[in-house]
Amino acid sequence: MSAADPREAITRAHYEEWARVVASLTRRFGDLDIAEEAAAEAFATAVERWPAEGVPPNPGAWLTTTANRKAIDRIRRENKRDDKQAEAQMLDADSPEPLGAIDDDRLRLIFTCCHPALAMETRVALTLRMVGGLTVPEIARAFLVQETAMGRRITRAKAKIKAARIPYRVPSADDLPARVSGVLAVLFLVFNEGYLATGPDTNPVRLDLTAEAIRLTRLIRALLPDDGEVAGLLALMLLTEARRTARISATGELVTLDEQDRGAWDAALIAEGHRLVRERLAAGVAPGRYQILAAINAVHTSARDIRHTDWSQVLALYDQLVRLDASPIVALNRAIAVAELDGPEVALAAVDRLEDKLAGYHAYHATRADLLRRMGRSQKSRAAYDKAIELAGNTAEIAYLTRRRDQLG
Amino acid sequence: MQYLISVIDDKSNPGSTDRQPAISAFNERLIAEGYWVFAGGLADTDAATVIDNRGEQAVFSDGPFVESKEYLAGVWVWEAPDLDVALKLATEASKVCDRKVEVRPFR
Repeated sequence: MSAADPREAITRAHYEEWARVVASLTRRFGDLDIAEEAAAEAFATAVERWPAEGVPPNPGAWLTTTANRKAIDRIRRENKRDDKQAEAQMLDADSPEPLGAIDDDRLRLIFTCCHPALAMETRVALTLRMVGGLTVPEIARAFLVQETAMGRRITRAKAKIKAARIPYRVPSADDLPARVSGVLAVLFLVFNEGYLATGPDTNPVRLDLTAEAIRLTRLIRALLPDDGEVAGLLALMLLTEARRTARISATGELVTLDEQDRGAWDAALIAEGHRLVRERLAAGVAPGRYQILAAINAVHTSARDIRHTDWSQVLALYDQLVRLDASPIVALNRAIAVAELDGPEVALAAVDRLEDKLAGYHAYHATRADLLRRMGRSQKSRAAYDKAIELAGNTAEIAYLTRRRDQLG
Repeated sequence: MQYLISVIDDKSNPGSTDRQPAISAFNERLIAEGYWVFAGGLADTDAATVIDNRGEQAVFSDGPFVESKEYLAGVWVWEAPDLDVALKLATEASKVCDRKVEVRPFR
C-alpha cells in the first residue's frame, strides 16, 4: 500500500483509468450497461476502502479486478448462469489482460459511442459518460438538459447499441477515415460548447468541457498517431485554448483577437500546437479541414501583434478551406480576412451575399456590424449590433457587442 | 442477427420505376454472400385492408392503417453479423432501389 493521499489518488485514477475499465469490461461482457455500472461501483468501493486500507500499488489493476467482480455479481444476480456466453466470460474474468489489448479497447469504446447510427447529441452524451467518465448530472448541466432527460437519452442509446448490435470494434480500413471524422466532430462539438458556452446563467467559457475535449483528443491522438486530422484537431484546440484567459476580460466581456494581451497567451500550448502544425506540413499530405483551421490559428498565434498578422497567408488558407468546405460560415470567416487586406467595403459585399443562409446566425450580424462601424455607417451598424445581440447566446459576447453598439457615434 | 429493411417511397416524389434489374442483381449477390433471408415488393397501399377483431365483431376497412405521404413499398430480411454490415448493405440497397430504407433489428 502506498502512502499517497487517497482522495487525490481516486481523482487521478478516475481521470486516468475510467475509460480503460469501462472499455475492458465492455469487451469482456459485451454489454455497455454492465460495464458502466460495474465501473461506477468499483470507483465507489475505492472511495470507501482506499482511505482506510491505503491506495493499492496499482490502482488501475485494482479497479479493473473490482469492477470485473461487480459485473460477475450482477450477472449472477440476474440469474444469467444459463447463458453460455456469460458463463464463458465469467470463467476467464480473472485471467490476465492480453498485452496491448487495453488501448484497442478504448478505441473500440470511442467508435461505438460515436457510431453514425446514433444521433449527434446522443454520441456526445455517450462519449462524455463512457469515455470521459462524466456523470449524467454533469453532462445534463453541460448541455442545459434536465437530468432525467439526459439519463433517458443515455439509456436509450445503450439499449439501441445492444438491440441493433452496434459492434464493439475498430472500423475496417475503408470505413476508418469517415468514422474518425465522426469521432472528431463529436469532440469538436464538446470543445466548442466549452469555448463558446451558451446560456444566460453559464460561464462564458466552460473549462470542464474544453479540457475534456482536449484530453479525449489527446487520447485519440495517442491511439491513432498517424491520422492528420486528429493532429489537426488537437492543434486547433490547443491554439484556441492557449488564448482562453486573454479572451475574456476581468468584467466578463469578450476580448477580440486584435485587443487581446498576447503576453497572456499560454506559450507552452502554442508551442505544442505549432509543433503539430509543422509536423502535418512536413508530412506532405493534402490537409483536411481541421489541419487548415489549425494552420490559420498558427498564423494568428505567430504574430507579435495584430499588425504583424500575415493576412495574405490567412486568406490563402481560407481559400484552401473553401475548396474543401463550401459552407457559408467558412465564407463569413474568409470575409474577415478579406477586410484586413482589401478593406471593409469589399468584405461587406461578400458578407451581404450570405444573408439568405446566415440571417439567423449571430456572428453574421456581428461581422456586418463591425464592418459597417469601420466604414463609419453608424446607423446601419447599430441595427446589425441589435440583431447580433438578440441572437447571441454567450454572455461575454453579448457584453462585448453591447459595449461596441453603445460606443457608436 | 436478423434485420428488417423497409423500403420507403414518397407519393409526392416517388423513386424511379426502372430499378427491377438492379434490385434482382443485388438480391442475387445477397443470396451468394449469405445475407438474404427474404425480400418482397408490396402492391400499392390502396390495395391494403385493415382488420380489427379485438372487439365482438371483426371490422374490415378499406385502405392502409395510416394515410401518409411516405409509405412502405417493400421489405428485405437480412441475416448479418452486426449493424455495421447491415448499414453497409442498406447504403447500397438505397442506391439500388432509388428509395430511402430503414434498418431495424428483430428482437
